[in-house]
Amino acid sequence: MATGTTGPAGGTGTNAPGRARIQARHLRTDRWWLSPAVTVAILSAFIVYSTWRAFANDDYFAEPYVSPFYSPCLASKCDSMPMSANAPLFGDWWGMSPALLILIFPLGFRLTCYYYRKAYYRGFWASPSACAVPEPRGKYTGETRFPLIMQNIHRYFFYFAAVVAVILSWDVLIAFRDEHGAWGHMGLGTLVLLANVLLIWAYTLSCHSCRHIVGGKLKHFSEHPVRYRFWGFVSRLNGRHMELAWASLFSVALADLYVYLVASNAFDDPRFF
Amino acid sequence: MSYKADFRIWRGDVDGGELRDFKVEVNEGEVVLDIIHRLQATQAPDLAVRWNCKAGKCGSCSAEINGRPRLLCMTRMSTFAPEEVVTVTPMRTFPVIRDLVTDVSFNYAKARQVPSFTPPADLKPGEYRMQQVDVERSQEFRKCIECFLCQNTCHVIRDFEDNKAAFSGPRFLMRIAELDMHPLDVADRQKAAQEEHGLGLCNITKCCTDVCPENIHITDNALIPMKERVADRKYDPLVWLGNKIRRRGSGD
Amino acid sequence: MSEVERHSYDVVVIGAGGAGLRAAIEARTRGLRTAVVCKSLFGKAHTVMAEGGIAASMGNVNSQDSWKVHFRDTMRGGKFLNHWRMAELHAKEAPDRVWELESWGALFDRTADGRISQRNFGGHEYPRLAHVGDRTGLELIRTLQQQIVALQQQDEREFGDPEARLKVFQECTITRLLTVPDAGSDTGNRITGAFGYWRESGRFTVFDAPAVVLATGGIGKGFKVTSNSWEYTGDGQALALLAGAPLINMEFVQFHPTGMVWPPSVKGILVTESVRGDGGVLLNSEGKRFMFDYIPDVFKEKYAKSEAEGDRWYTDQENNKRPPELLPRDEVARAINSEVKAGRGSPHGGVFLTVVGRMAGGTEEIRRKLPSMYHQFKELADVDITAEAMEVGPTCHYVMGGIAVDPDTAATPGVLGLYAAGEVAGGMHGSNRLGGNSLSDLLVFGRRAGEHAARYAEALGEERREAAPEQIDAAAAEALAPFATESAENPYTVHQELQQTMNDLVGIIRREGEMAEALTRLEELKARAAKAGVEGHRQYNPGWHLALDLRNMLLVCECVARSALERQESRGGHTRDDFPAMSPQWRRVVLACSIADPDAEHLSVTLTRSEAVPMRADLLELFERDELKKYLTDAELPGEDG
Repeated sequence: MATGTTGPAGGTGTNAPGRARIQARHLRTDRWWLSPAVTVAILSAFIVYSTWRAFANDDYFAEPYVSPFYSPCLASKCDSMPMSANAPLFGDWWGMSPALLILIFPLGFRLTCYYYRKAYYRGFWASPSACAVPEPRGKYTGETRFPLIMQNIHRYFFYFAAVVAVILSWDVLIAFRDEHGAWGHMGLGTLVLLANVLLIWAYTLSCHSCRHIVGGKLKHFSEHPVRYRFWGFVSRLNGRHMELAWASLFSVALADLYVYLVASNAFDDPRFF
Repeated sequence: MSYKADFRIWRGDVDGGELRDFKVEVNEGEVVLDIIHRLQATQAPDLAVRWNCKAGKCGSCSAEINGRPRLLCMTRMSTFAPEEVVTVTPMRTFPVIRDLVTDVSFNYAKARQVPSFTPPADLKPGEYRMQQVDVERSQEFRKCIECFLCQNTCHVIRDFEDNKAAFSGPRFLMRIAELDMHPLDVADRQKAAQEEHGLGLCNITKCCTDVCPENIHITDNALIPMKERVADRKYDPLVWLGNKIRRRGSGD
Repeated sequence: MSEVERHSYDVVVIGAGGAGLRAAIEARTRGLRTAVVCKSLFGKAHTVMAEGGIAASMGNVNSQDSWKVHFRDTMRGGKFLNHWRMAELHAKEAPDRVWELESWGALFDRTADGRISQRNFGGHEYPRLAHVGDRTGLELIRTLQQQIVALQQQDEREFGDPEARLKVFQECTITRLLTVPDAGSDTGNRITGAFGYWRESGRFTVFDAPAVVLATGGIGKGFKVTSNSWEYTGDGQALALLAGAPLINMEFVQFHPTGMVWPPSVKGILVTESVRGDGGVLLNSEGKRFMFDYIPDVFKEKYAKSEAEGDRWYTDQENNKRPPELLPRDEVARAINSEVKAGRGSPHGGVFLTVVGRMAGGTEEIRRKLPSMYHQFKELADVDITAEAMEVGPTCHYVMGGIAVDPDTAATPGVLGLYAAGEVAGGMHGSNRLGGNSLSDLLVFGRRAGEHAARYAEALGEERREAAPEQIDAAAAEALAPFATESAENPYTVHQELQQTMNDLVGIIRREGEMAEALTRLEELKARAAKAGVEGHRQYNPGWHLALDLRNMLLVCECVARSALERQESRGGHTRDDFPAMSPQWRRVVLACSIADPDAEHLSVTLTRSEAVPMRADLLELFERDELKKYLTDAELPGEDG
């Protein structure tokens, strides 16, 4: 984000020469710090939880459920997960948790997401913490330099995220089996995975890059009526991008937690039929 | 229905100033600008404030109320508790002239740096044909009343005076988006957005959208789509490769 | 003479609204060095408040429309008091002015085949108003502003200086036009420039220029309840008077029928006529659509007789007549006034205007078609117009009268080199302006004023005259007077009393005694304004600015009151309780105001009568003889078979 000193030096920021000389750094009287604080708390909790789970390399499969953290499995050392999307591209040499191979993609998607960027720039970098609250630094270059210029590759992560969403959808499909692999059954876990995948899809499709690709890049909507309708649909979803970002973050963690609880025998998956 | 409110108003000029306390009557349905006018008529006849329409249509009375960039004429007194102290200061991103009036010439200079609308050379007035769906995106941006609150709140220039040369601010990046989406504009605007107007400095923290009195979705509908269009051109290796091949293919 | 900052230009345009900017663009495009001087920031002019649209008979929605129909509507709306030549030029040129805006980047709402969409409006026979939602004025100002920037970019490429030929001097107020007696005539003056002060610093500045275009807008701030912004203090009218150019038709002041009435701090803010054009209806406290009771005889055949027919008109205009909510503004304003007086008003002294259930698309459509109105009521009055009725009442909106001008050149007859366009000029709208005709007026006559000011300056070549130093000293002394005064009077108090006086005594319904009383009070206020003093220094001092504006407001208000007292009939924006009928004799009378001695300590207005120019025969033929009979004297009527 920015380099340089912390704390405003004399005559910089809102105290730059010519501006009204007001002592207070800001005059906001509302609880402007609440929203960035909540962002930091939730994101930190998620990072702790997901790090633990990604490195755990255990309890991610309980027939017929696969944790979204471990799907698809790109290493050959995965548990035997019948019918799930296993593609051991990395072969034997990968010694660490297979989750690490796949989590790069959803992580990259969220890290470069236009909404999350706003959230963590505000929450973690205080750049700015809230509107009209000054930044605690003397220099700012925005997204013009490495590494932040890499935010521009968001659309590639979107493509990968769409592939992952397809695989997670497959995982929901195979969750309509019982623990012996017989079709036509359903348990609470099926519902949990289903809810998660719906939110993942909604979040993925509501992405600003997606909105651009399906139609936003066009100059004349009138010449592309079908793409215009897609664009309209994605635009409506995009209006809820923030809500979907949070909801899908919670749902993916909950889906993994559910699989963990079942796989570690801490909880018995209630079967409906 | 009326009560006496506590106001703190910044009075001063480029050489310095201070927040001064006033006690002033407030009646039902009034906005902050009414109170400023009452102060002018009764206690401080030379209190400087810029205003015109008093209906949220001209964008003249931009200032900061309790630290938040607002239009004085669109901030109702009913949003404050009667015992709350209401602090009014000039915008803090632009040089101050006097009291609540600032020098906003930065914005006019930036406006002049955006190349104007460029229609196809052979199109005559009266022959323009555009579809409603094609003009709607730019129409949203043309709702802008140029109050410059977005420019004022944007941390890129609010907190970093040095960036003023390189950054045109949300208002004029939105103007570029407006022209880029105009169905009959033929100029190339995307490269300039990034290279000359500082689109890359925007970190989409959305304060411009938050303060817009016209509720224009500046970030989602103008800035991010522009970033994506720039990414098409500058940061998308596939597009870059495609252009390279096509250019070679056309064999000039 | 003290040192004063000076600027030299070919054409100086005072006012940066639609007319001023269009004039400046024209003068600059003709290659002349042009300055625009305005009281506010560039782009904030009162034109942004115009909502409904620009009237131009492009015929995009109904191909039967033509300039002739537009001309007829304009003359009818103005009750035939309009200068017919202005109405003719306006109707003929408006479409070109709108199309030109589009080539400068304006984005109007579209028809299905991609043309500029046009909407219905009061007094217009066909859908005629090019619009952008309900913020057309903003679009117009922004487009002209951006065209000025485009011209400046051209100059930057050509001369390396964007302001080489066109410069905007913002937040600068002109207090006097500078003139010398014209050698060619024994009465007239000739323009040499303008004198003013920078609002920011309070320092004086002189513009040396042979041609000045006045485009300063209206006078609404003389009234208490008004839709006009603080700028509308009659500056241009007063400057013209003081330079020796007369004002005509000043008795005709338009009260827009629908202004907000509550809360008090927003009283007067406009509720656009598009609300009615798009289906909104007026109701009294009994829930009755009262406008059907107020259709005057001259309009009986043109308006629906039943609610059902009026409602059908919105979808089928070929076979139905329009609802009376769309009568010209003066009629609707008087009707609302009568309902309130009869005790059938709304709780805050207006009537109800509602769009609830009036649009096929429901809430969605209301918010799409009337976004600014939705926003305005939601933010300022806590009223959701998709679910509740608005409360509205008349508000002072527009002055039809103004500086007398030559219709073709916009030149003032009294002062060589002085031009006027837009609301500040008189004659175009007669006794009542139709909605939508003001934006087109700005463009048509703004362009003409710019063109002829440029031609005049060009023809003059090196034969320019300089302002007399004594005149500049006198102007400076006049502007500094409020500081010299022992603060005996508060300018804000004097202003409030002036507004109250005009509202109460020279308002919508006028009586002889009240207007005489108003003139007495105006004399007192003039004396008090002369004693108005201010505190502080000259830097951005609003009290001082107001003290200087008071002179202008008092002068134009006196013109309004004197003319209104003189005209013994009711017509358009002038309604006399004691002379309720319209008189063909009075139609031919033009009342002109002028100042006998502009340098006198106490300025006073004198009134003269002149005769209106008879309408050209081919234009008269556009009307049925029966209709003409309602307006013209027998002697003026064309022959039986003509």
